[in-house]
Order: sequence, then structure tokens, then C-alpha cells
Amino acid sequence: MSPFATLLLRDIKLAARSGGSAALALSFFALVATLMPLGIGADLRLLARVAGGVLWVGAVLSALLSLDRLFQGDYEDGSLDLIALSPLPLELTALAKIAAHWLSTGLPLTLLSPLLALLFNLPAAATGVLFVSLLIGTPAVSAIGAIGASLTLSLKRGGLILPLIILPLLAPAVIFGAGAVSAALDGLGAKDALGLLAAFAFAAVLLSPFAAAASVRLNLGS
Amino acid sequence: MQFLFRYANPHNFMRLSGAVLPFTAIATALCIGTALYLGFTAPPDYQQGRTVLILFIHVPAATMAMTVYGAIAILSLLSLVWRHPLSDTAARAAAPFGALFTTLGLITGSLWGKPMWGTYWVWDARLTSFLLLLFLYLGYMALWNAIEDESRAARAAAILALVGAVNIPIIKFSVNWWNTLHQGESIVSGALAPVFLAPLLIMMLGYLLLFLTLWMIRIRTAILERRARNLMQGGAA
Repeated sequence: MSPFATLLLRDIKLAARSGGSAALALSFFALVATLMPLGIGADLRLLARVAGGVLWVGAVLSALLSLDRLFQGDYEDGSLDLIALSPLPLELTALAKIAAHWLSTGLPLTLLSPLLALLFNLPAAATGVLFVSLLIGTPAVSAIGAIGASLTLSLKRGGLILPLIILPLLAPAVIFGAGAVSAALDGLGAKDALGLLAAFAFAAVLLSPFAAAASVRLNLGS
Repeated sequence: MQFLFRYANPHNFMRLSGAVLPFTAIATALCIGTALYLGFTAPPDYQQGRTVLILFIHVPAATMAMTVYGAIAILSLLSLVWRHPLSDTAARAAAPFGALFTTLGLITGSLWGKPMWGTYWVWDARLTSFLLLLFLYLGYMALWNAIEDESRAARAAAILALVGAVNIPIIKFSVNWWNTLHQGESIVSGALAPVFLAPLLIMMLGYLLLFLTLWMIRIRTAILERRARNLMQGGAA
């Protein structure tokens, strides 16, 4: 098996087994979606109106929960040093970790979203758009999140500073993702927003491994 | 590049900035004083009345908020690529001013929004992207403070500043796509009457000089602090 695939599988196994961060993210997402109607009222028309924004913000926050551990665990027990010494370039290591994070967090969140959309009374067409927008948008969350995670990997309380660093950078994903759902609700085409979201996610996945690898390097002191 | 590295040496910077500081300080006072005088003696705008005075505080603050981020991004690039020793100190010293200018822009904008739009805050594209800019500044400063090892903190903050610099145009575009209410630009397009334009331009120069003056003082303080620390530890100053 190639080093890339090995690292990818190892990280997915870790996410699934140790503490089950994937399951935690899903529960958190469902809880946010449950609390929101309690806060803003049970009016189904209003809920359908805000569903896109609420679920997008909820998904981003849920994906954040497990991000601070993306490099930190490996850094603390020294395995990150060994991974850095392996023939796999650090950029690809970062990409493997981004992919593993997405497969264990972003993808399950996306799969859960239609069920939560149902609770928000979102029409079927808009639910489809929400699903597609999360499918193409959440990789950007994992990718940009990886930059924040690698910058804060040596910090004991990196989980506190991480959201402050990356949430402003994720504003475009929320705008385009939730915008696509609103456009679908209004009967306008969601293609524009989805296209912009795809472009943003593509650029994020393409460029983030370089920034993440650079900050892992500086933290390993090489 | 030669020029850049001549002043990379903290010793040379201390000498040069010490000589320049009194002049920039006086020029700052002159510019801001003149602009305030011209601003207060300008006739009230036919639509906005006396609230047009906010223009002279608001627009330069907004311009400087972006200028300072640009300066931090360029210094970060210098620091990462050429290991320019002074640029980390300079970038770190600039950040609080950027955050302050951003806050000032937001506050004056909101005070202006009340009589003009009837509300203190609207989720308009420019206001929103400025709010996000403020958070970028806060995150940048928080990262600097969180990492203890100074050279690591410097490089981490530099990476973050560059990531932010790549992202700012995208954020700006996305927020514009989302909502626009803020009035368009009126300086280059010539829509602003000369009686307002003159104090505005002088005020912008005054803000720039104010920033440069205070920035130099902060960099000098940082250098002196480091020297003092080195002396305490018994190392060479």
C-alpha cells in the first residue's frame, strides 16, 4: 500500500476508534439543529427560511470540534517526527490528513444533513442543493482547518485559538453554501453559488497543504 | 534588495528612526490639525448636513485598516522568504494599529449609519468584510501571543498573515456577492466636492504619518525590550 493510503487509513481508523470524534461531530451537529428551533420558535416557514444558514454554520462548527487534534496527537507522541522523515512529502502528508478528516467528519455530516433538513421543513429541491453544497463545501472546511491545526499544533490550548484563526477564512464557504440553498428556495438557480463554492473549495484543497506543511515544518524545528 | 537589508540591522534602524521620528511627529500634527480646521470650516453637505464631518475620520481609518494589513503581509513574505530579521518585529508592532483602525472605521461607520440609513448596523458588504478583517487581526495577534518561542511564533504568524492576504480578496468578493448597500467610492471618480476632498486627502496623509510615527515607536520599544532582556540574561546586547 502506498504511504499516502496507509496514512489516510490510519487516520480514519483513529478518528473512528479513539474517542470516536466522527460520532461526536455528528451528535454535536444534530444537537445544534435541535436547539436552534427552540431558540427561534417552531414556525415551520421561518425554519425552512433559515435552514440553509443554520445547518451550514452547524456543520462548520461541528467539523471544528475534531480539527485541533489533526496534527496535535501525532506531535505529542512523536509520530509526526517519524512521518516527516518518511519519503512522503509533508505536503502530501497534510493532504492525507485533510482527506481523512473530511472522510471521517465532513462526509458523515453531509450524509446526516438531509435528515436535519427534514426537521427544518426544507423542501426537497432545496434539501438536494443543501446536500450538494455540503458535499463540495466541507472539503474546504477540512483544508483551511488544517492550516489552523498545523499552526497551533504545539499549543496546549490550541482548541481555543483555532476557531478565531480559521472561522473568518471560512466566511466565503458559508456565504456560497447557504446562498445556494436560499437561491433554490426562491426558485432561482443555485448553479452560480454552487460553482463559486466549488471554486473556493478546489482552491482551498489545492493550496492549504502547502501552508499546512510549512507550519508543520516550523513547529518541528527544521 | 540592498536597500531593504541595510535597515534590517536593528542598530541602523534605531539610528534612522530616531532621526526621523521628530519630523514625522510634527508633520502628523500639522496634517491632522489642518484637516480638522478645513473640515470644520467646510459648509455642511446639502444632503448629509454636519454628519459629513465623520467622513474625515471614517474614510482614512478604513483606508489605513487595509494598508496596515498589506504592510503586515509584505513583511511576512520578507520574513519567510529572506528571513529579514526586523520584519517580524515590525509586523507584530503594526497589528494592534490595524485592529484599532478597523475598529475606528466600524464605530464611525456605525455612527454615520444611524442618521443616514436609520440604523447603527446593517449587514452590508463593506461593513461585514470589515468586521471579518477585525477578526483576522485579532486571530493574528492571538497567535503571536499564544506561541511562547518567539521565532516560531513569528513564522507561524507570518504564514497566517499570508493565508489571510490570499483570502481577503475572496472574502471581499463573497461578501459583495452576498449583499451591497454601502455607497460606492467617490474619491477617484471625482464625485466628491473639492471642499471636502482637500481635508479628506490631508487627513489621510495625517493618518498615514500618525501610523508611521507610532509604529516606529513600537518597533523601537520592542528592540529596546529585547536588548534589556538579553542584558538581564547576561548575553550580548
